[in-house]
Amino acid sequence: MTGITSIRQDAARRFAELGFPTTRDEEWRFTNVSSIAKTQFSAAPSDLNAREVAQFDQSLSPNEGGPRLVFINGRYSPELSTQKLPRGIRATPLREANGAVEAHLARYAAYQDRAFVALNTANFDDGACIEIPKGTVVEEPIHLVFLATGGEVPVISHPRSLVVIGPGSQATVVESYLGHGAKYFTNAVTEIVAGDHSVVDHYKLQEEDERSFHVATLQVQIGRDANFSTHSISLGGGGLVRNDINAVLAEGSEATVNGLYLASGSQHIDNHTAIDHAKPHGTSHELYKGILGGTSAAVFNGKIIVRPDAQKTDAKQTNRNLVLSENATIHTKPELQIHANDVRCTHGATIGQLDQEAIFYLQSRGIAKEQARDLLMHAFARDVIDRVKVVSLRARLEQILLERLHALRN
Amino acid sequence: MALLEIKNLHANVAGKEILRGIDLTVGAGEMHAIMGPNGSGKSTLAQVLAGRDLYEVTGGQVLYDGKDLLSMPPEQRAQEGIFMAFQYPVEIPGVSNMYFLKAALNTIRKSRGLEELDAMDFLTMVKEKLALVEMDPAFLNRPVNAGFSGGEKKRNEIFQMAVLEPRLAILDETDSGLDIDALKIVANGVNGLRTEDRAMIVVTHYQRLLNYIVPDYVHVLADGRIVKTGDKNLALELEQTGYAGVEEAVTA
Repeated sequence: MTGITSIRQDAARRFAELGFPTTRDEEWRFTNVSSIAKTQFSAAPSDLNAREVAQFDQSLSPNEGGPRLVFINGRYSPELSTQKLPRGIRATPLREANGAVEAHLARYAAYQDRAFVALNTANFDDGACIEIPKGTVVEEPIHLVFLATGGEVPVISHPRSLVVIGPGSQATVVESYLGHGAKYFTNAVTEIVAGDHSVVDHYKLQEEDERSFHVATLQVQIGRDANFSTHSISLGGGGLVRNDINAVLAEGSEATVNGLYLASGSQHIDNHTAIDHAKPHGTSHELYKGILGGTSAAVFNGKIIVRPDAQKTDAKQTNRNLVLSENATIHTKPELQIHANDVRCTHGATIGQLDQEAIFYLQSRGIAKEQARDLLMHAFARDVIDRVKVVSLRARLEQILLERLHALRN
Repeated sequence: MALLEIKNLHANVAGKEILRGIDLTVGAGEMHAIMGPNGSGKSTLAQVLAGRDLYEVTGGQVLYDGKDLLSMPPEQRAQEGIFMAFQYPVEIPGVSNMYFLKAALNTIRKSRGLEELDAMDFLTMVKEKLALVEMDPAFLNRPVNAGFSGGEKKRNEIFQMAVLEPRLAILDETDSGLDIDALKIVANGVNGLRTEDRAMIVVTHYQRLLNYIVPDYVHVLADGRIVKTGDKNLALELEQTGYAGVEEAVTA
């Protein structure tokens, strides 16, 4: 087996060939990363001063429960982390990890055609490694928190995570990306291996600084008869955000891929998902909802691949958008590649405005217009938040959502 | 002083004049029925009173409790005690009836300098009101009007009216699309809410509703004007002759 060192060397060589994508690249048609390509980034410092640590410590919710691994600019921070895992389960910084790392790290997230994955693979410094042995139920969610700081000069970090869930096991992983400060770039890659018959819930919360760049790739291998869900939530953070999710399903497995994005000001949020039904009897549900205000732009590209082998696939995809401003833009595109004949695939996309009839109805019951608008936006968005099973996380998302709605009032 | 005074009210929709000089005075405790053929302006009048901005008032005046109603935004009208039961209640997915009503009631209470009701008091109160329109408490957790049958939507309007306790209620074709059982439930609910200081305006196309809700006054609206006013017998008369006679009287 090729060692990780030579994989990383190959990724570096590949990135040098690929360079950053341009809008001529179909996958990047509506997301222009020339501002990233043109910026000279320095490696981000991994130590923070006391004031910065205190600032972050406040934004870290103390009541989440479960172990928490915190990374500052991609490097593990023992000071901010808490570890209290049941025996046999390992959540370690990647730098200290062994075992699963050699067998799994960088084996799934293909970088040959993905420049940002190649860049991360070649350059990551540290990250989280979670290993859960077979037949183990981990009740408390495992939190991975990635803090980024921008300084005087633009900085870059490449958080890298590997999550290996053994056959028949159950676990919940929450990734949070937080940031403060001027221009910085977070280029994250997470690989998840959900073993046969496992149940894995994954959440990704993006709360970066509004001036930052955030590109993240999630690669998931879903084992036979396994059940995997992910929720990708962007409630107004990040200047330029690109999320790629690639999920590969084995026979009889089920994937839920949901997302929520709120964009205001001049934010740009791009969600690209690819759900690959490789084997028969797979089920996938996908629901992405977005609210756009100001001059923001959002992209949703939902690819569903049904391979010739994948008979009896049942796939459903929905993307709904609420556009509040004439100057906001949404590009939504389903991309179905179906190579089997006995399958059920449905997809639908909607783009709409706030319902004026509903606003008047609420007003006629005494509720002020602004409050009525907030109420309708909240109702639209909570459809996704209600599906979050981690109670503390759902409460936090509710809170952030309420705070962010006012930013969308223009 | 009359609770509501409408003087020579004119209103357009999309540039077309629909209301062409309405005069109507409604006193506290009175029940007025406004009848008329389709397109006569009945619903427009109701919507203008509730403050829908699709309608442009081009002339006249409306005094509510002595105040200029037309200068108030819809929410202020509701806070002042006006309630319109919609002809087509709007579906609001994602917002529960409970949440919606609590928000509405507490906003209205706050505007009147009253304390907000806490969850327990609110629940006790709404359960009482639900019984008035024979609705199951489970309905409180359903999203507003979403997936409701026509009858359920209309009952929900009367239920909201019971909770919000308006001084002036305008029921816009609340009888339309109801079978006789649902009609009786709605009418019983309305009758249960009649008080000495609450006025009601019932807008309807058919006399049928007025068998169950007995009005003090009946007005016939045709071509944007009130052309005839009488007591409950006028409604019976219209049932016999139809609106054709009325319309002829207008054009003559």
